[in-house]
Amino acid sequence: MKWFWCLFFAFWPIVAIVVCLLAPGNNWWFPGEAASPLGRRIDDLFYMILWITSITFVGTQLVLAYVLFKGASDTEPGTANEKAWFSHGSHKLEVIWSSVPAVILLFIAFYQLDVWAEYRVKDAFPRKRMEAVFERIHQDRQKNDSLALAEVTARQFEWRIRYPGFNADGTLKALMPDPQPTDLYAVNDLHLPASAPVMINLRTQDVQHSFFLPELRIKQDAVPGLVIPIWFEADQQRSYQLLCAELCGWGHYKMNARFVAESDEQFIEYLRQLEREQNEDRVDDAPDTDEEE
Amino acid sequence: MSSVAATTETAEHGHHAHNDDLLALLKAAPFWSTDHKVIGIQFMMTTLLMLMVGGALALGVRWQLAFPWENMPFFGALVPATAGGQIPPEFYTMLFTMHATVMIFLVIIPILAGAFGNFLIPLMIGADDMAFPMLNALSYWFMWPAIACFGCSFFFGGGPAAGWTSYPALSALSQAAPGSGHAQTFWLLGVTFVGFSSMMGSINYMTTIINMRAPGLTLFRMPLTIWSMFITAILQAFALPVLTAAGFMLVTDRILGTCFFVPAGLIVNNADPTVGGGQTLLWQHLFWFYSHPAVYIMLLPAMGMVSDMLACMCRKPIFGYKPMVYSMSAIAGLGFIVWGHHMFTSGMNPALGMTFMISTVMIALPSAVKVFNWIGTIWGGKPEFNVVFLNCIAFVSMFIVGGLSGIFMAAVPVDIYIHDTYFIVAHFHYVLFGATLFGVFGAIHFWYPKMFGRYMSEGWGKLHFFLTFVGFNGTFFPMHLLGVAGMPRRYADPYLYPYLEHFLPMNQFMTICAALMGFAQFILIGNFVLSWFFGKKAGRNPWNANGLEWATPSPPGHGNFDIPPVVYRGPYEYANPDTEADFWPQTQPPNPAT
Repeated sequence: MKWFWCLFFAFWPIVAIVVCLLAPGNNWWFPGEAASPLGRRIDDLFYMILWITSITFVGTQLVLAYVLFKGASDTEPGTANEKAWFSHGSHKLEVIWSSVPAVILLFIAFYQLDVWAEYRVKDAFPRKRMEAVFERIHQDRQKNDSLALAEVTARQFEWRIRYPGFNADGTLKALMPDPQPTDLYAVNDLHLPASAPVMINLRTQDVQHSFFLPELRIKQDAVPGLVIPIWFEADQQRSYQLLCAELCGWGHYKMNARFVAESDEQFIEYLRQLEREQNEDRVDDAPDTDEEE
Repeated sequence: MSSVAATTETAEHGHHAHNDDLLALLKAAPFWSTDHKVIGIQFMMTTLLMLMVGGALALGVRWQLAFPWENMPFFGALVPATAGGQIPPEFYTMLFTMHATVMIFLVIIPILAGAFGNFLIPLMIGADDMAFPMLNALSYWFMWPAIACFGCSFFFGGGPAAGWTSYPALSALSQAAPGSGHAQTFWLLGVTFVGFSSMMGSINYMTTIINMRAPGLTLFRMPLTIWSMFITAILQAFALPVLTAAGFMLVTDRILGTCFFVPAGLIVNNADPTVGGGQTLLWQHLFWFYSHPAVYIMLLPAMGMVSDMLACMCRKPIFGYKPMVYSMSAIAGLGFIVWGHHMFTSGMNPALGMTFMISTVMIALPSAVKVFNWIGTIWGGKPEFNVVFLNCIAFVSMFIVGGLSGIFMAAVPVDIYIHDTYFIVAHFHYVLFGATLFGVFGAIHFWYPKMFGRYMSEGWGKLHFFLTFVGFNGTFFPMHLLGVAGMPRRYADPYLYPYLEHFLPMNQFMTICAALMGFAQFILIGNFVLSWFFGKKAGRNPWNANGLEWATPSPPGHGNFDIPPVVYRGPYEYANPDTEADFWPQTQPPNPAT
């Protein structure tokens, strides 16, 4: 029976490895390749840790299996030693297996810092590239205006989005911290330019929520009372899933929304469309134009 | 002072003195006793009962994930809150909230500190009882108001709706979860009561271990179980008041309208905007300042007990006794400065994220040292592959998985993605179930002969172990994959999202495994109860172990030791060449020849 248990404990780590190897082929893995440069760097860090932990996992489980088999064979009748190996430990081994993991762990920790800083530390934001977007979409920004293109406010159980409106000369206003009469609104549909770092201000109207774009590997809690700026960059012009990752009440699972990354022109056109819809009053200004759509 | 208290208690219970049989003591004092062994066994029975309750709640969660919106079989019709057997989303929220609550506050913490801490500490240090027996009894009886409050929270409204972490404003404003009624308030009161219970226990454990050790039992001759209980008690004494205070503040936020955790201007469920200048992040800081050390409170005692069991089962000294003690201390010390890793995505200062990442990653180091030392203990041993040993190996093997998966979420950028996904759920189940509960299962089998004077059944024990191990891995290993795929936690219906639709079959497989694991626990309960009557009788020292507890009769009577113990050596002198036998009890006087 003891041999059965040795095999039993050696068997499960193999199953675990096989399942992990089969996972990407069966679509049991990331929801597609990361769709943003920062997301790819996060994935790279994930794979680096996966390598280190996998090697450690295989190594420790192998040694564990070895000592089990050795223990099983040492207890066979007729083995030379009556007693187990009398040892209280080894100072040398303790030093080795404390210092080697310490170096590896510190390496892992410090290796993460750049990506974290780029994602969250304001001074490390790609400010120049963000400003280039404002020029391309003709946004009328003063130096101290917000870098954000939109404000996303979570509430039970939807995402409300506020964009700045247009000036009379056709340029896009800057996003103000408080709502303006010309602001444009949408629900559960976030549109922003693609292929450029874009920033939003994240807020919540009621309880805590979390803004989660799995394909871009972006997540940030929306905390009551705080306005949190986050930025991301979608590579492709397409629609991405947006969902809530922090328990926010009974309807937490259905804060289903989309983030559409599109060209600068499409983005401006989308805002124009919102402006037209919001200003639509159904009053016939000129009787012969009301059938045009 | 402690010895005075102990003497008074002994005098008070003088009528038990003639009664040196624990079973008779249990019968004579079925409800109230200040004997640490009776209290330990009371804790054990209560927590095993709660284990079944918590498991049933988990199966409700698993049902919804495998067969969303379908009628629950058998139980559906019995539970009024279900819509004719269907699980509504509020009920689903209640299920996972209460599953975590029951498992953490009513199973894992009290079975380790309450059941084993109570039963083992005086026995393993050679004391006749705890330093404060009355306080000890109260620590058990304060569990019941907690259980009553948690029970009330089931029946008032739709149950607590904010998860076991109870983040405000969801938990602070009743209109945020209108269906839950007063349930959240009862839940918080329950947490306050378990807080009292644990606090009384931890004061008692510290005092007892410091003051009441048998002659010769120096600190570095204490078994690792006692070290772990000691360190855990310190952790608890310093971290728990923070949670108890925070919980009480949240209660006043709910019922008195204080705004400790509620900022101004929130418009919840179309109610008037909130007033006050509170901070929701304050709750997260206070909550995790306790609840992260609590993770180690839920793990360290199991680590200590597994160390003792492994040494005994392998007939070999523990490998690196002092490094084991130091690494447990390091885990406890670092455990106080890692709480922020639960808040990487919360919007706290990013510089804090960096410091918390470094301290969190470094806590993997003492954990790794412990794993290496356990493997070193088995190395060259003469293990008997019995139920105790198998559960200990499962502990080590599963702890490796849980420890390694922790590194992913310690790394902040990676945590941005996997935070609040099933990867987290996989990780903490590997640590808290995979490690701690297998350690507990082993410990139940190991110390059962001391508790009841009989062995538990080896065959049924192995069957229970096999089914639990297979069911456990089948349930929780795939959760890593769900997490990598970005499936969020606490979703009543993840299949609303196209990128998760294809995970339905995997979730069904996991649910079947969970049911297998759940029903396997009836084997444990049956084995536990029936062995009491029909188990093979055990003598004083059924495992040929060295610890002081084995010098007492099985079961020990009131006052524990028939011969006052004197300690001559550490607890791990197995296979010592100076003795003929392969063990050398701590109480055995030195060999005259040496």
